[in-house]
Amino acid sequence: MPDKLKFGFYWAASCGGCEIAVLDTNEKILDVLERADILFWPVAMDTKYAQVRAMPDRHLDVCFFNGSVRNSEQEELAHLLRRKSKVLVAFGSCAHHGCIPGLANLYKGEQILKRVYIEEPSVENPAGARPLARGKVPEGDVTLPEFYDRVSPLDRVVDVDYYLPGCPPAVPRIIDAMTAIFEGSLPAKGSVLGPPKALCDECDRNRHVAKKMPDIKRVWEVQADPGICFLEQGIICMGPVTRGGCGQRCINGNWPCTGCMGPAPEVSDQGGKMISALASILRVDDEKDITGPEAGKLLAQVKDPVGTFYMYGLASATISWRRQR
Amino acid sequence: MSRRITIDPITRLEGHGKIEIFLDEKGNVENAYLQVPELRGFEQFCVGRKAEDMPQLTSRICGVCPVAHHYAAVKALDAAFGVQPTETARKLRELIYCGYIIYDHILHFYFLGGPDFVVGPDAPKEKRNIIGVIEKVGLDTAREVIKHRAYGQRITEILGGKPTHPVSGVPGGQTKSLSEERRKEIETMARSCVEFAKFSLQLFEDVVLKNPAYMALVQNPKLGHSFYNMGMVDGENRVSFYDGPVRVTDQQGSEFVKFEGRDYLNHIAEHVLDWSYVKATYLKAVGYRGLADGPDSGLYRVGPLGRLNAADGMATPGADAAYRNLFDTFGTKPVNSTLAYHWARLVELLYAAERALELATDPGITGTDIRNMKFDMKPEGVGVVEAARGTLFHHYKLTEHRLIERVNLIVATTNNNGPICISVREAAKTLIRNGKVDDGLLNTVEMFFRAYDPCMACASHALGRPTVVIDVRRHDGEMVRQLAG
Repeated sequence: MPDKLKFGFYWAASCGGCEIAVLDTNEKILDVLERADILFWPVAMDTKYAQVRAMPDRHLDVCFFNGSVRNSEQEELAHLLRRKSKVLVAFGSCAHHGCIPGLANLYKGEQILKRVYIEEPSVENPAGARPLARGKVPEGDVTLPEFYDRVSPLDRVVDVDYYLPGCPPAVPRIIDAMTAIFEGSLPAKGSVLGPPKALCDECDRNRHVAKKMPDIKRVWEVQADPGICFLEQGIICMGPVTRGGCGQRCINGNWPCTGCMGPAPEVSDQGGKMISALASILRVDDEKDITGPEAGKLLAQVKDPVGTFYMYGLASATISWRRQR
Repeated sequence: MSRRITIDPITRLEGHGKIEIFLDEKGNVENAYLQVPELRGFEQFCVGRKAEDMPQLTSRICGVCPVAHHYAAVKALDAAFGVQPTETARKLRELIYCGYIIYDHILHFYFLGGPDFVVGPDAPKEKRNIIGVIEKVGLDTAREVIKHRAYGQRITEILGGKPTHPVSGVPGGQTKSLSEERRKEIETMARSCVEFAKFSLQLFEDVVLKNPAYMALVQNPKLGHSFYNMGMVDGENRVSFYDGPVRVTDQQGSEFVKFEGRDYLNHIAEHVLDWSYVKATYLKAVGYRGLADGPDSGLYRVGPLGRLNAADGMATPGADAAYRNLFDTFGTKPVNSTLAYHWARLVELLYAAERALELATDPGITGTDIRNMKFDMKPEGVGVVEAARGTLFHHYKLTEHRLIERVNLIVATTNNNGPICISVREAAKTLIRNGKVDDGLLNTVEMFFRAYDPCMACASHALGRPTVVIDVRRHDGEMVRQLAG
């Protein structure tokens, strides 16, 4: 029997849902444990940073890194785990594209600190205290990681070998990735470990009733028919521009796709492509006019275009947004 | 000369943290700090978003308790849209909520906190985890653990689309009804979960209550603290996860105040600590008196033990008997022992399973009247639920276009932050004597935050993600030991 592989799991700026997705493989996790030793996994095991630092370089065969990079500790761990791993997988939407917390790039770090520690209605802080990167308590100095101004996907910080998309990744995709690792059948470096098609191409909502999209509706304004394409019911669904392979979990919950699997193959900017797709189905006659008044009319119907088209991808989008206030 | 010990990162919890322990010249603990090193800024970046997206945006605060954030947000939207969910929708929401509590409490007891008891606090660190638990309890039991945790997730998936980050809540109702076929599946799973919860309570009795070394830790008065207790209750003051007023009891177990969620700002406030990204909440009527316990300190406990202490019982028969057994065994109410959180969690597991079974066999649960769309728009709304880890408040102000104008979030672990910091400090003071420190002892210190099942991801929703580090230093500040860092 070949030697067991060595795995590491780490979370940076994330919610923990990716860790739960690994556990959601249920009994399959027992198979993984037969073929791999997990050497580092803070949510489940007591390995501390000192032991990771003491590992030889490239000691881990594969490290699954979830979460984006938002502070100095996460940046240090990204570099450390890159050095200690033969293969580094950006696991989940945060590591891949920044995900929902990447919407914080609309604001500067200072605005966030002020809101959280000074302005919130439940905060009583007349002295204006703030968490300090280098603080003092009576017994000595205490430190906190430095809070950065921006959320960065993992590949903006270190070299990444593979991407496992989704918020969180769907269990069958995790199992596929593990199988490819154990069988030595991983694709070319830099690949996204998901099917090469858009969600629309695999969607079960095949009842098409309209030739075009009616006026844009919000989900609370209508009771969506669970059998009909969302776009044809006037509800924005990111299915045309988003990679499939998620198991249509939101669609099955009668909720439109919001884009967590990232851009479909051949799509570079998920949000830009969706605006263009909407222009087509809303019958904006001249697509070249997408930058002109027609686009203005279209976008006026869309409340919160940034949150709608870039809910998961803002931190890695072609365009960089920041509201100046 | 003082010394410092650092535990970095603290492990087997949701999120990041570090503990710094300062020793005096004799090697006894002067002080210890549990620091949370992360922040993500949800309150800021949710501004400008569509109101209906909030249940999904805020569920990304925490992928371990997404259902709690999802429904705190949905309830805040119900209030802001001036609408009550239909009866069927309300039952579906409570059922999905029971599924979430089942999965989350099993996760904590068997994967995060339980290894300290099942494998032992000073077992080799390579064994103090689920893999060590599997070796100890055997593969058959391990498969039962895995199966029932999965049942909880499956209930959420059936009703909510995704098991992590569900999509089912809308103002006034649910997106999806429950078919008879799926209802039967949930009923079967709920029945099995009731038996598994009883098995888990028996396991706790056998492994912990019958072990004198563990009971010495559980019953050591220095490792228990007297705080106010908080939790949501039903009309008969029994524990309620999804709905009801918030009840606070005092150090004698008497009701201190009972308030509706929308009035939370009248009752609780947050204090900023300059050495942690997580704030500490306190009762306004008592005030903030530093990290201290006792009746003069406005700190309060939430989560399983806080809820049981703040209530008069459980609303299902098996869980109510388990509730009475817990308090009879300690002979006091409230119970102050930090490690009693584990026991309280299993009592709640039984309640969630029994309540899930009641709801799954309710004839109205498969109704199709799942949306109330008669809105009476208001400028703001507050939603409160009991997350697995404690009381969770979401408060939004909305524009006339139903976009988010302002967000305030007070999460379970922020409510518990003061008591957690005190428990860690006092455990370090009690357990570390004369400079003697080893891995097992430091892990035992960690058991005193772990019991609370803190979620640092939730607590650090504000900016990034939390990390806890324990440093042990000489009192001149020189680092003696940074066990983890």
